[in-house]
Amino acid sequence: MDLTESLLAFADEIGAEGPVCAVGGRTQWEVGGLPTPGTREVRAPAGIVSYQPEEMIVRCGAGTTVAEVDDALAGRGQMTPLDPAHPTQATVGGVLAVGRSGLRRLRWGPVRDLVLEARYVSAEGRLVKAGAPVVKNVTGFDLCRLLVGSLGTLGLIGEVVLRVLPRPATAQWLAGAGDPTAVLASLYRPSSVLWDGHTVWVLLEGHPADVAAQAGVLGARFEPVDHPPVLPTGGRRSLPPGEVTGLAGSPGPWIAEVGVGVVHTAAPSPVPSSSPPGVGHDMDRKVKERFDPTGRLNPGRAWA
Amino acid sequence: MSDVPDAGVDAVVADLAAALPGGAVRSGATELALYARDASVIEGEAGVVCFPTTTAEVQACVRIARAHGRAVVPRGSGTGLAGGAVPVSDGPPPVVVVTTKMNRVVSVDPVARVAWVEPGVLNLDLSRAVADHGLHFAPDPSSQQSCTVGGNVANNSGGPHCLAYGVTSAHVLAVEVVLPDGEVAVLGGLHPEPEGYDLRGAFVGSEGTMGIATRIAVRLTPDPPAVRTMLADFPTIEAAGATVTGIIAAGIVPAALEMMDAPITRAVEAYVGAGFPLDATAILLVEVDGLPDGVEAMAATVTEVAMANGAGGVRVAADAAERALLWKGRRSAFGAIARIAPNYYLHDAVVPRSKLVDVLRQVYEIAGRYDLTMMNVFHAGDGNLHPLIVFDRRVPGVMERVMAAGREILHACVAAGGVLSGEHGIGLEKRDYMHLVFTPDDLDAQGRLRAAFDPDGTCNPLKVLPGGAGCGDVQHVPEGAWI
Repeated sequence: MDLTESLLAFADEIGAEGPVCAVGGRTQWEVGGLPTPGTREVRAPAGIVSYQPEEMIVRCGAGTTVAEVDDALAGRGQMTPLDPAHPTQATVGGVLAVGRSGLRRLRWGPVRDLVLEARYVSAEGRLVKAGAPVVKNVTGFDLCRLLVGSLGTLGLIGEVVLRVLPRPATAQWLAGAGDPTAVLASLYRPSSVLWDGHTVWVLLEGHPADVAAQAGVLGARFEPVDHPPVLPTGGRRSLPPGEVTGLAGSPGPWIAEVGVGVVHTAAPSPVPSSSPPGVGHDMDRKVKERFDPTGRLNPGRAWA
Repeated sequence: MSDVPDAGVDAVVADLAAALPGGAVRSGATELALYARDASVIEGEAGVVCFPTTTAEVQACVRIARAHGRAVVPRGSGTGLAGGAVPVSDGPPPVVVVTTKMNRVVSVDPVARVAWVEPGVLNLDLSRAVADHGLHFAPDPSSQQSCTVGGNVANNSGGPHCLAYGVTSAHVLAVEVVLPDGEVAVLGGLHPEPEGYDLRGAFVGSEGTMGIATRIAVRLTPDPPAVRTMLADFPTIEAAGATVTGIIAAGIVPAALEMMDAPITRAVEAYVGAGFPLDATAILLVEVDGLPDGVEAMAATVTEVAMANGAGGVRVAADAAERALLWKGRRSAFGAIARIAPNYYLHDAVVPRSKLVDVLRQVYEIAGRYDLTMMNVFHAGDGNLHPLIVFDRRVPGVMERVMAAGREILHACVAAGGVLSGEHGIGLEKRDYMHLVFTPDDLDAQGRLRAAFDPDGTCNPLKVLPGGAGCGDVQHVPEGAWI
């Protein structure tokens, strides 16, 4: 076994009894509700364990900040597009436990597709491995994807292996007026298209000549800008991408991720009804009961 | 098949026949024999075979099977190579639920790039159905002309182009499922952040153990504006392997990066005449796609890296016809080997890319030791090896040698830091090897997930997890399953 000492210490600290949760950079701490008062807080190991650019994988403690990983990969012309809002504070484990993807999801996919292996501590305090450090794997059930977005209610992530990608040679944001659906349809796999009901922002990434050509497709109405817009942070909605244009005329401020369906709002999101009726929710409960029969992991949080 | 009469099967057949349309329930000897196996070398025993056409009919199959204490084994086209669709059970022979009659593309939304399909739609038919919109379904297993989307979901299937586009899970947004208890649930959703656990992600790749998919929302991928397909030939396996790592190290993730060794190249060339070089020890088929300038730059780099590593030459497909011919060569491998020997055993394992050459050397050594014909055609870009043993099972003792060599190959791959399967799944074939890569605690966690969906172990029992992992207690391939 190649378990690092810090992982074993993490498992020991979690132990097998009493309410417990893992804390990262607290940048999305409120998502899913706060843990019950009295819940013990633990921190996952931090630091990059190994980075193999030629295998396109990086192994790091879940407590590592995203910025530290980004910096290491940038040195070799690579990236792992976790893209949290606050990369110097947000930890890899925190981003994965919450499961929300960044603004480049349109091009690079959701964060759950980046996790190749996860080592987590179970409710019984046991170290469990899911997945493997290879880029393609159907050996057993996909517990990695189950962990991503589970808000630490099924197991506490200690270490992960992430898929990395070549960093695009050029990245350019542009802004202008236009119909967001038409803009998206006119481009080949843009990295991001944002819309606030008036302005459309586009992120183009890739070979410089391709980026220039795609910017040309957008036409003179679009101007290069240095940054994406500042996102409203009060709430977050999730719509089928086809319904985003229906936001036209609705009171703002809001910014929608066109083609993805995430809408960033200033107003707080409506609290989701405690559970959608039906079997889907029941399966959540059944999974939770199997993984955490005593309900000690992040009690009070999430949907199960 | 067992010689013991299947007591009680008539009652199951009668209930199923009452619930499903005429002709949808088959229990003749021919059908039972046909559906006792898939494309693996393993044979089980089917109690009765059903061809439902609606979600409600699938539900009826599951409920009736439960009521009679029979397991349910879902199945698409049966192209799986790991025995995942072979009906086996600790109890009476299972009810096989074949989804191939559920073959409608229900809806296509070309703007949102989403289609709802029934599980029996063939992989290639789905891409053909959306081709007019400039879209396709990215997972492209070599069996794409005959495998179903439902089967792709069950096995989280890959294919050459999954190197850049990701395997099936990255292309499935939601799945309507008949759960093992007969209830219907929709896992996942068309919006980006569905509430609750990613049960969609858990279901994809669960090999039919967590229910039966009855409708699938798939993500459609825009066709790339530019494509370059290249064929490079090499005097040694090492040179080809160094080119694979060199391409990745140069910051390129090709759309596909496939390797073929000399024996399979010659077999394919004799079969389709794709113009593959017959004097090369290994060839690489490399495809890059995207916007035109990036594609040109990547193609130039691929050529440079190949030549720097000793390639005899790099042939760039001049047009769509030549590109199609090169891919036809790659995809015809299994047709080609049928001309050499009647049987083949295809392995599937993943190793770190940097270990490809080492492991290939061991694979050849193992084949030599067991006096077996070995060919290799595989997804080099993601380290997904497919050692292919070609044989004639009528030769006395050959099956034992094939299985023994297979075991050694798996051990070699795991020792190199690899895994048991990259895209075919575990099924029955590799179930008892799971302890090579997972601890009892790891397997226990997987068993819990399965038990959440199927506490009674009625859905595709005895697959994926070894005995004693919370899903039955069988240590070996059960009696009645012939290898």
